[in-house]
Amino acid sequence: MISVDAREKLKSIVGNENYQDSNEMKLVYSYDATPNFQSLPDAIVSPKNTKEVSELLKTCNEYQIPIVPRGSGTNLAAGTCPTNGGIVLLFNHMKDIIEIDEDNLTVTVQPGVITLDMVNAVEEKGFFYPPDPSSMKISTMGGNLMENSGGLRGLKYGVTRDYVLGLEVVLPNGDIVQTGGKLAKDVAGYDLTRLLIGSEGTLGIITEATLKLIPMPEAKKTVLAVYEDLESAARSVSKIISDKIIPTTLEFMDQSTIKVVEDFAKVGLPVEAEAVLLIEQDGPIEVVERDMAHIEKVCKEMNAISVQVAQSEEEADALRTARRSALSALARLRPTTILEDATVPRSEIAKMVHAIKEIEEKHNVTICTFGHAGDGNLHPTCLTDARDHDELKRVEQAFEDIFVEAIKLGGTITGEHGVGEMKSPYLELKLGEAGVNAMKSIKQAFDPNNIMNPGKIFAKDERKRVVIG
Amino acid sequence: MTTKEQRKQNVQQSFEDRMEYDELLNCMRCGFCLPSCPTYLETNRNEAASPRGRIALIKGVVDGVIEPDQDFEDQLNMCLGCRACEPVCPSGVNYGHILEEARDILESNKKRTAPEKAVRWFAFDKLFPHHQNMVRVNSLLWFYQSSGIQSVVRKSGVLKLFPDNMQTMEKVLPPIPKPSDLKSRPRHLHAEAEQKARVAFFSGCLMDTMFMKTNDATLSLLQKAGCEIVVPEDQACCGALHGHSGEKDSAKALAKRNIEAFESLQADYIILNAGGCGAFLVDYGHLLKDEPEWTERAKAFSEKIKDISEVLVEMDFHKKDLKLPKRIATYQDSCHLRNVMRTHTAPRKLLSSIEGVEFVELKEADHCCGSAGIYNLVQEEMSMQILDHKMEKVRDISPQVIVTANPGCLLQMKMGIEREGLGDQMEAVHLVDLLLEAVQ
Ligand SMILES: Cc1cc2nc3c(=O)[nH]c(=O)nc-3n(C[C@H](O)[C@H](O)[C@H](O)COP(=O)(O)OP(=O)(O)OC[C@H]3O[C@@H](n4cnc5c(N)ncnc54)[C@H](O)[C@@H]3O)c2cc1C
Ligand code: SF4
Ligand code: SF4
Repeated sequence: MISVDAREKLKSIVGNENYQDSNEMKLVYSYDATPNFQSLPDAIVSPKNTKEVSELLKTCNEYQIPIVPRGSGTNLAAGTCPTNGGIVLLFNHMKDIIEIDEDNLTVTVQPGVITLDMVNAVEEKGFFYPPDPSSMKISTMGGNLMENSGGLRGLKYGVTRDYVLGLEVVLPNGDIVQTGGKLAKDVAGYDLTRLLIGSEGTLGIITEATLKLIPMPEAKKTVLAVYEDLESAARSVSKIISDKIIPTTLEFMDQSTIKVVEDFAKVGLPVEAEAVLLIEQDGPIEVVERDMAHIEKVCKEMNAISVQVAQSEEEADALRTARRSALSALARLRPTTILEDATVPRSEIAKMVHAIKEIEEKHNVTICTFGHAGDGNLHPTCLTDARDHDELKRVEQAFEDIFVEAIKLGGTITGEHGVGEMKSPYLELKLGEAGVNAMKSIKQAFDPNNIMNPGKIFAKDERKRVVIG
Repeated sequence: MTTKEQRKQNVQQSFEDRMEYDELLNCMRCGFCLPSCPTYLETNRNEAASPRGRIALIKGVVDGVIEPDQDFEDQLNMCLGCRACEPVCPSGVNYGHILEEARDILESNKKRTAPEKAVRWFAFDKLFPHHQNMVRVNSLLWFYQSSGIQSVVRKSGVLKLFPDNMQTMEKVLPPIPKPSDLKSRPRHLHAEAEQKARVAFFSGCLMDTMFMKTNDATLSLLQKAGCEIVVPEDQACCGALHGHSGEKDSAKALAKRNIEAFESLQADYIILNAGGCGAFLVDYGHLLKDEPEWTERAKAFSEKIKDISEVLVEMDFHKKDLKLPKRIATYQDSCHLRNVMRTHTAPRKLLSSIEGVEFVELKEADHCCGSAGIYNLVQEEMSMQILDHKMEKVRDISPQVIVTANPGCLLQMKMGIEREGLGDQMEAVHLVDLLLEAVQ
């Protein structure tokens, strides 16, 4: 609950039209893309600039009102579900591309800019910003930074974190801090930039970010390798990398995923195949040709039935777009789609694929798998029905097994989607008690009143959660 | 309990009873539909004005988390029903069905005043279902335009009392055909080239009165393309207007009449030239899903529905000798033609094949123009905001012709031209009218 007094103060900062608390608005900001999580906030606030953000945070700190920063609400870990109430903070007035600096190869943006809009703007000037989460058409840069999002090009080019040079951040006490800058090197003090990236809105609010750009690669080639069994596909991935080739993209889809994706995208995927790999290489034309020839050879050695080369950029793009729709397309099959994000070292990918199959059978659940195979980052996705509590229990057990297996193989519980509230009970599995405590003290130092996205990352809060839906 | 509360409770109960819960759950909230939704974009990304938000609101009412209050109803009314959110949804959510059911629930729980009831009865039960009555109204309009009253009215300033877009709308209405022309349409036409197909023509109530010229052009093109045409007399209005206004029962009755009128004709296709009607006709199966004896018949009917542009391309009309004086033309998609009937390449192909016409793609041609049935009359502000943004895109490419494939879009684009004062530089036409000019 927000007191009348606090409400008036918040309104006076952003103006009445930017403070909303109708039932309608509360409902539509009560969820994100995570199944089974819904909880109403007390209000929705849209600041127009950094100064307003700072004043808002000061006021919320004073009144101990939880703040849930929200981009487009596409995260998959209940990261923007206001499970402790409070205000949802929107960046729909802060979505400009402030500058593309062609001398320093940087772009500076506000957090609300849509990833794809920024990518298009820099590509128009001949630059390349590689991180391309499947949700890039919808996601905001604020969300990408706070989840440290990866994408289809992660294998060769890394993730969001690898492109951040500097941030402007507002801390819970209202202080405005600049970290990093347009610098190739900078060791002045702690690396706050890196600490904030991936912090899921629990430490402060990003109000501006300066990102690194690189020159556009000269050429690009895309192939689709088709397999009759899962493990051959997985072994191809490990073999390509151990042969010292780093493709731009190495994506994996199993048969059920192929079927639903084809159903939606109609790009001519082989629906009879047990698995496909979408492989891309870019760079100087000679390198692309040479690498692709080698990749083709490896795939065939690993029993690929066929390796088809995309004949045009449109065809390649259609394949990429199809792959990006995988998760949502799976939602066709059953009422509830729960996806996980377990990640293992690249060399262990075949073992992980195998383990997932066994776990699926053991718990009698339906799991479809796709993902960024080259990053060791799989998305085993459970198709279920939230109304069937019995089945849901088995799903929960299956996921627990998957997490344990991933950790055993030297992996992690989440590669790119974040912990949020959904995976918070499993954080300790990865970090151990000491690890969690170290992180908690950082949180405490930044946000002693626990107003920044409370209940996220760290399991269980004092207040009771209202799960509806 | 007050009557207002009672109504809310009834509405809530109907939502619980009638909404298909599996369909609501099918939306996994990925947000892939957001960038395609005009109202989301025009409201500076208000989640409530997005497809994902509207589905969540409806589910919220079903779950009893929120009440079906005025905000809720307003939000559903603000939806254009353009269905741009459907083709982009990887989960295959049938947003159109969800919206239609929700609106029907709200409408059927409305308390209407007596005059309101009378007007609705007249429009939905008397006017649209009966071609003869449409002809009579048309006669009044014709009299209005041709008798000189129109110019008197225009000068008198009476129209100033109406909202802006009503005034503009009045200006852009096409010249209304003479009543006598409407009554004597042949019911059977022979192919004028080697016969390739036998087709039935769905004339549409608005198309066959106000836009009769376009219907004539359609028939003529079909004949030239090699079609034998039958125009069944006992066909009815498609029912879209009823279906979208909470008059579902009347819509069903009309659907049955149409199925009966067409099923015995042994036509290869049922052709029409208004995407708005087409989208409703292809969905008869869903409309009649609870009446098993009709479902199969509805399916057979719907499978034959085709837009004129598709048929023309199939019959290689674009390979004919088509020629027009030099001009730049662009195409504004009809939402329902594109998003429901999934027709979007055929019109472009036809246009590009006309010698003299330079076809330039309009940026965001697939975004709704804001016409959306009667949306531009009942949601004036949003409709005009959308139209103004559309016209900015039009200005970027300065075409001489904006081509459309649906009467509503045609009027809206005419209105856009009028609002921008571009009347001396460009015109809006229906695709078939342009094609007929090009083939002659
Ligand atoms: C179909 C689908 C496909 C996806 N594919 C991928 C993928 O390939 N790779 C990947 O990594 N992820 C993927 N995601 C997950 C998700 O899209 C990303 O995490 C994305 O970065 C979230 O962006 P958003 O704008 O929606 O952020 P939100 O979901 O709104 O927020 C994400 C987090 O950022 C915080 N936040 C947002 N803005 C700010 C700010 N200005 N200051 C402080 N905190 C802020 C929020 O509190 C929250 O913790 C996918 C999701 C879906 C639904
Ligand atoms: S309607 Fe479809 S695209 Fe939109 S959020 Fe729901 S599942 Fe995603
Ligand atoms: S029908 Fe059109 S306006 Fe309505 S939600 Fe879908 S895209 Fe938006």
